Amino acid sequence: MIHISLKSETIFSIFGFPITNSLIVSVIVLLLFFVCAYYYSYLIKNSIKNKFFTIFNLMVKSIYNFFKSIFESQIDYFFPLLGAFFFFILIHNELGLFPGIGSILIKVTHEHGTKFAPLFRGGTTDLNTTIALALITVVFAQYIGIKTLGFKEYSKKFINFSNPMLFFTALMETVSEFSRIISYSFRLYGNIFAGEMIISIMAFLFPVLLSFPFLLLEIFIGFIQAIVFSMLSAVFYNLAMQKAHN
Amino acid sequence: MSNEGAKLIATALAIGLGVIGPGIGIGIVAGAAVEALGRNPDAESLIRTYMILGIAFTEALAIFALVIALLIRFL
Repeated sequence: MIHISLKSETIFSIFGFPITNSLIVSVIVLLLFFVCAYYYSYLIKNSIKNKFFTIFNLMVKSIYNFFKSIFESQIDYFFPLLGAFFFFILIHNELGLFPGIGSILIKVTHEHGTKFAPLFRGGTTDLNTTIALALITVVFAQYIGIKTLGFKEYSKKFINFSNPMLFFTALMETVSEFSRIISYSFRLYGNIFAGEMIISIMAFLFPVLLSFPFLLLEIFIGFIQAIVFSMLSAVFYNLAMQKAHN
Repeated sequence: MSNEGAKLIATALAIGLGVIGPGIGIGIVAGAAVEALGRNPDAESLIRTYMILGIAFTEALAIFALVIALLIRFL
């Protein structure tokens, strides 16, 4: 039976702070993301463009136009965050499919004894990463709502005593705000984790080439989920900026 | 029934019942997309984008069921 672990495993700890295998990959992704972004911004000012710039520019442009259809004139305020969401999740999802991620095992000692754990694990296959992303989205939506509507107007969405019907819709609104944290994080985590698991199970069912079509599907799903997460956040911000019903 | 057997049945039920709704939902989404395509074949790329997004949202519910099934099985 294949070993499937729902949570990431601690590889080592620094001053009592556990460093898990998905955290290592997240840090790698962060550095990769930083280098790519810095190089891209360097090439914008430079007059000589290369292939990297062309490909990256095409992606950034199409994502920009995609969000422009949602935000229209406010796009320049929101794009840095949403674009960062998109590229961060995209790099995470695609890096998780690389050879070596999840297949290099190292020996880990902890209080229950020694066992083998994968050295790398895709960042979005760990619930901690996706919950962190979902929290950023939800907290930023509250901020943007208060900023555009003012605190008094914004809180009318959640607390409203003017009539019983509005009171219950406001209550539902409050619950849905919290349930977004769960739905955003589990959607991303579930999709990516289930995909990686399906690939490994297929490799066990029939070892030669059967997992290959699923690998292609996973590349596509990783891209779709990155779009879905950032687009849902965009719609959520748009909703937060609208006034409460009267 | 042994504890392990009950766990296996619970896993199968969780994922089996959980994919009924999303299955119907994806059928509706794809059907509506094909219908829209028949009415307006020029808007193919736009319809495809929205269809894939709709399918991704519907599929997320099946993924929730899968996560629950995994939690029952491996935790």
